[in-house]
Amino acid sequence: MVYIARWKVVLILLLSILGLAFATPNALKREVADALPAWLPHKQVSLGLDLQGGSYLLIEVKVEDAIRERLNSLIDSIRDALTPRGGRIGYTGLQRIQNGATVTIRNEADVSRARELLRSATQGFDFESDGRRFVIRPTEQMTREWRSAVVEQSLEIIRRRIDELGLREPDIQRQGQDRILVQLPGVGNPQEIKDIIGKTAKMTFHLLDESASQQDVAGGRVPPGTVLMPSDSEIGPDGKPVMYPVRTRVMVSGETLVDAQPTIEQGRPVVSFRFDSLGARRFGDATRRNVGKPFAIVLDNKVISAPVIREPILGGNGIISGNFTTESARHLSLLLRSGALPVPLTFVEERTVGPGLGADSIRAGAIACIIGLVAVVVFMGLVYGLFGVFANIALFVNLASILALLSVLQATLTLPGIAGIVLTIGMAVDANVLIFERIREEQRAGRTPISAMDAGYQRAFSTIIDANLTTLIAGILLYIFGSGPVRGFAVTLSIGIVTSMFSAIMLTRLMTVHWLRRMKPKVLPI
Amino acid sequence: MRLVNFVPIGTRIDFMRFRRYALMFSAVMCALSIALFAVRGLNFGIDFRGGILIEVRTQGPADIGALRGKLEGLGLGAQLQGFGADTDVLIRIQRQDEGEGAQEAVVKRVRDALGSGVEYRRVESVGPKVSGELIEAGTEAVILALLAMLIYIWFRFEWQFGVGGVVALAHDVILTIGVFAALGLEFNLTTVAAILTIAGYSINDTVVVYDRVRENLRKYKTMPLDDLLNLSLNETLSRTILTSGTTLIAVFSLYIFGGPVISGFSFAMIWGICVGTYSSIYIATPLLIHMNLRRSGVAEDGGETRTAES
Repeated sequence: MVYIARWKVVLILLLSILGLAFATPNALKREVADALPAWLPHKQVSLGLDLQGGSYLLIEVKVEDAIRERLNSLIDSIRDALTPRGGRIGYTGLQRIQNGATVTIRNEADVSRARELLRSATQGFDFESDGRRFVIRPTEQMTREWRSAVVEQSLEIIRRRIDELGLREPDIQRQGQDRILVQLPGVGNPQEIKDIIGKTAKMTFHLLDESASQQDVAGGRVPPGTVLMPSDSEIGPDGKPVMYPVRTRVMVSGETLVDAQPTIEQGRPVVSFRFDSLGARRFGDATRRNVGKPFAIVLDNKVISAPVIREPILGGNGIISGNFTTESARHLSLLLRSGALPVPLTFVEERTVGPGLGADSIRAGAIACIIGLVAVVVFMGLVYGLFGVFANIALFVNLASILALLSVLQATLTLPGIAGIVLTIGMAVDANVLIFERIREEQRAGRTPISAMDAGYQRAFSTIIDANLTTLIAGILLYIFGSGPVRGFAVTLSIGIVTSMFSAIMLTRLMTVHWLRRMKPKVLPI
Repeated sequence: MRLVNFVPIGTRIDFMRFRRYALMFSAVMCALSIALFAVRGLNFGIDFRGGILIEVRTQGPADIGALRGKLEGLGLGAQLQGFGADTDVLIRIQRQDEGEGAQEAVVKRVRDALGSGVEYRRVESVGPKVSGELIEAGTEAVILALLAMLIYIWFRFEWQFGVGGVVALAHDVILTIGVFAALGLEFNLTTVAAILTIAGYSINDTVVVYDRVRENLRKYKTMPLDDLLNLSLNETLSRTILTSGTTLIAVFSLYIFGGPVISGFSFAMIWGICVGTYSSIYIATPLLIHMNLRRSGVAEDGGETRTAES
């Protein structure tokens, strides 16, 4: 192992130089680094949210709600199927069960016809029959597709909303089966953003029920087909929100909106909206038939405005006026433009780090790193002299390589990640210590310098591999099972192990061997 | 230049002499750790317990009493404590279990109650579902790590080495959990990261010794096992001291300068390195004797029939 082939020498030097080169952009200011041409190393390390400050929001999409809705429409399909032109088939017990629907046919004679009708109406579903009872379920794949569709749709709407907010480099991705991860660098208080992302924003237009009197409303009694809904902003004399008797039938729904903008009318902020042609027609019909009557604009089951229809609105344009501030008008327009979320969202995990703590963490990490580095360098120099210096040079290349790999792979550096680097500084010398101690031993046993060095590297090699591989196992497992900042630690630890093996076995060896050949000492100064 | 030599050359420390006492001591420490864990429990952070953690910084030195007063009205049972600098206060609120959206609402109310005079350094909120998942992930990771390392050593060495290594490893993990239970330090995800790293480091250390034992087993076929193990330990002693030394230097630097956020992690690492080094010498190695490590047909029984009792 004291003879290194020429091509290997070139390779080792090349990799070391590449390591240093790709680490250097980190020494430059951000703007300078971004301006470098593409063929030069220009990427900087990507800082985690705990170092640059920002918000980490984990959102869960209530897919069960979507699945329930689809099962409801499955029930509608079954009902329609059993009421064909040729005559209604008597049935009972049509209901939703745990993950499907069931129905029981009254007459034994109808069963085979019912089976045919149901089969053709529910193609693609799992179909089971037990005597007169049928159970229809979506397949595994179907359920998976439903889930996926809902999550993807929600993700798209969230992305639209965040785009409109103009945040710096937001990162939105799906996580697992029904979760969405939103990472917002630089956001110190995500409250406003959470309000916007989390709001379902389902808008519908309804008529108000004129037959209900004040007392009926106060007493909570409403005729069928009407429901009491609270106002979004008005508070009655009893301190509770004012209630409106709203007819459940939807006149027009917000799905057909194509645009919404905040404007000012009579000095007050309002939201102007525009329907597509279908919505415009429906809206026109509804307003024409109900001139003079009040109607309610409902957002997420709350009445935000209840104006009277003064004239038919045929152009498909309208204004929502109510208790809006400039801010809330802007928000509502944003929500209407991005579309309603298909199901409610909940925030299951949130971690926000303010810029103050982020900067402090970077500083603390950097100081720990530098002091650790200086201490280890001095230590190695004292104990191993010249060879210690070689090991130290390799350590610097090692650290540069870690930074380089992090920059190139754009892996995220977190505070635990910096801890991982400091740990690597301490552990990286282990490989060199193993080698040097072995060389010392061999020399004491009477070997010549070349032979001692050869034996040292030879014998220590398998120990180094064994020892480092076990730590690498820990690193990989931590990456798989960890999340967020802990993953950052796993990344730097694992990268650090690989680079320190390289730097000890290849680079230090290159230096020591080269020195040995040049100086031909009688005794190794170790 | 005079080189500094921390470890004298050719040491002949009789480590194995104290192995029975050491094993008993370790067994007691393990039992103690498990007892502390069972009785006192761990001070789980919000990663595993769920809940809300808010770190605020006030303009001047923090008046914790006043802040507590402001939050009292919310009836959340908020716990406040100083943290790091005297302007920093840590507010902990229990997990809100009524629906997933409840925690969000609580954070809002706290912000409103505290007003604008405070700087929010960090806000963390972990709901019940996620905290459950993190506990699972953390436990799985540690168990898998122990298994993976057992398998690896089994591959590279004989089975007795595998058992020795894993027992030493389990000992380190148990003692680390024990010290956290004893001192009431916060146990969260970064602590699990520390435990996994300690596992890696401890095995690292053990493997170096085992490697030397294996080499010596081939070299000295008739040496009694006790003496052979002592020799191996003495031969690797300087490496052990030096590497533990450099790693400790690095981790101490992290502990002193790395700030309060990772001080728990750094402390765990310091403890783990010390315990890991001890376990390589006094658990992993002596166990080889107790497991009748046979070599090249020369049977070794537990030591009862050896000629010289050291």
